[in-house]
Amino acid sequence: MSMTEKELRALKLAAARVRRNILLMVPPGKVGHLGGSSSAADITAALYFHHMKVYPDPKDPRRDRCVFSKGHAVLAQYAALGELGYFDKAEFARVKTLKGMLQGHPDMDFTPGIEAVTGSLGQGLSISLGMALGLKLDGSDSRVYCVLGDGELAEGQVWEAVMAAGSYKPDNLVAIIDQNGLQATDSCEAILPNPDQTIKWAAFGWHTIEINGHDLEAIVAALEEARATRGKPTLIVANTVKGKGFPFAEGKVAFHNAALNQEQFDLGLAAVEKMMQEAAQ
Amino acid sequence: MKMMNMRRAYGDTLLALGGTDPRIVALEADLGKSTMSMFFGDKYPERYFQLGIAEANMMSVAAGLALTGHTAFVSTFAVFATGRAYDQIRSSVAIPHLNVKICGSSAGLSDFGDGKTHQSVDDIALMRVLPGMTVFSPVDAVETACMVREMANIKGPCYLRLNRNDVPVLTGEEEPFTPGKVRLMRDGKDAVVFATGYMVYLALQAADILEQEGLSLRVVNVHTIKPLDDAGVRTYARGMKGAVTVEEASIIGGLGSAICESLLSGPADSRVPVKRLGMQDVFGTSAADYHELLAAYHLTPEDIAKGVREAVKL
Repeated sequence: MSMTEKELRALKLAAARVRRNILLMVPPGKVGHLGGSSSAADITAALYFHHMKVYPDPKDPRRDRCVFSKGHAVLAQYAALGELGYFDKAEFARVKTLKGMLQGHPDMDFTPGIEAVTGSLGQGLSISLGMALGLKLDGSDSRVYCVLGDGELAEGQVWEAVMAAGSYKPDNLVAIIDQNGLQATDSCEAILPNPDQTIKWAAFGWHTIEINGHDLEAIVAALEEARATRGKPTLIVANTVKGKGFPFAEGKVAFHNAALNQEQFDLGLAAVEKMMQEAAQ
Repeated sequence: MKMMNMRRAYGDTLLALGGTDPRIVALEADLGKSTMSMFFGDKYPERYFQLGIAEANMMSVAAGLALTGHTAFVSTFAVFATGRAYDQIRSSVAIPHLNVKICGSSAGLSDFGDGKTHQSVDDIALMRVLPGMTVFSPVDAVETACMVREMANIKGPCYLRLNRNDVPVLTGEEEPFTPGKVRLMRDGKDAVVFATGYMVYLALQAADILEQEGLSLRVVNVHTIKPLDDAGVRTYARGMKGAVTVEEASIIGGLGSAICESLLSGPADSRVPVKRLGMQDVFGTSAADYHELLAAYHLTPEDIAKGVREAVKL
């Protein structure tokens, strides 16, 4: 089931809004995880604004769940949740402050729509697996989507979860690797080479798909293929660019967790406004 | 004296709870025969998750099950539950205050043969420092069963610390355990022992020894280490010449620390001198016999009696 032209345009606009909201959470001088949030922006948009079952009540039991195991990229998730109206968009400016609802890493008790506590890397896939098993026990048809970073795959617990999911075979579980190739201080390749994710996960019993993580049609098609897959969990390896959409930050390690200057912020804002205009045409 | 096994009580009670509460699930890391969670697994295989020798994953999977409305009982050896999976307990479970019930079996020195890698001397300290964590340490199998039932009702994470070996039954079903309240096991007027787990039994024997010498010892069972019954602890310490704490765990951060913190931050009349018995900043070791090992770390009735004699002179 491919998207109509109209749906694709709406999704492009949603993705542009996600990037704009991410930028609003890193105003000039405020440190934030721009790089890894924007690499996951298209994945996030496809999940929340096209694929997942989402309801006005963020606790609606029929909902699909999305867990950011790469919790530092939660700005992308906040960007979507704010668009969904789960909290006032004025919260974007209060991210990581005492009076805000948006913590530095995902916290379900602070932010409507956040499903767990993550941020200590490597735990989100295990939590998602537990959710998927729990939903199956209850006869629910809700699905669980877990977004991981490629640097995060160095955490041994991820592989425990990959193995356990291969054993329990929950077909309501989808792992999405935001494979932007960079981590906090260098490239993943330079820090700890960890190639061939599809081969590895397939060996543990996962259905695997590899796509361009900025091609919205490809993301949607992969999510639909995962939904149609029975008897095993699905891995989607999404090849992405860290900082995608912000020309000064694209492919640069320095914007993993950094503050923008006024000029960069203005450039970023111009870029997302152009994206939004193009999508609206 | 009737001897019973806490692990057996855990397994039996978990099995019984499985029949009355369909929301209960159990997770295991290939030690189900030892932790006795296998009773539950045999009866309710669809609610039993064997996750292999991968405790970190198991703990976060338990969090995920709790997030879908289930009460997750997680069992493995105490040392692995609290050490190997510490950050998973902290981040996945304790921060969101989820209904995950952690059963650490073979706790303290009770796994006498397996040595220091398998003996949890730090589990009380590790669990006690986590905000919102309830920490239970039963004196016997009857109290264990009561605690397992209680844990199913408590909202939030709990840690249960179980002895591997058969231990004497000191409490009865007719005198129910009250969570969060210390339990007076024997009254006395000269000194008080605050003990936990099997150490309570040794303290009662120490009281017999001291009675011969004309020293009257009060023995208090601290089964709920957190939240600690500050009022009860201070009441039982008031007017005593000294207090002794006894635990099969490190005195640093363990029961000894908890009692000292409570007494020192209370009113002046309960600030009695305290002697702390337990693991004195050391790891354990292998021994052929449980009591031989306890003796190696000065955890015998005579050691406790000696501690009391010293405490009243402090």
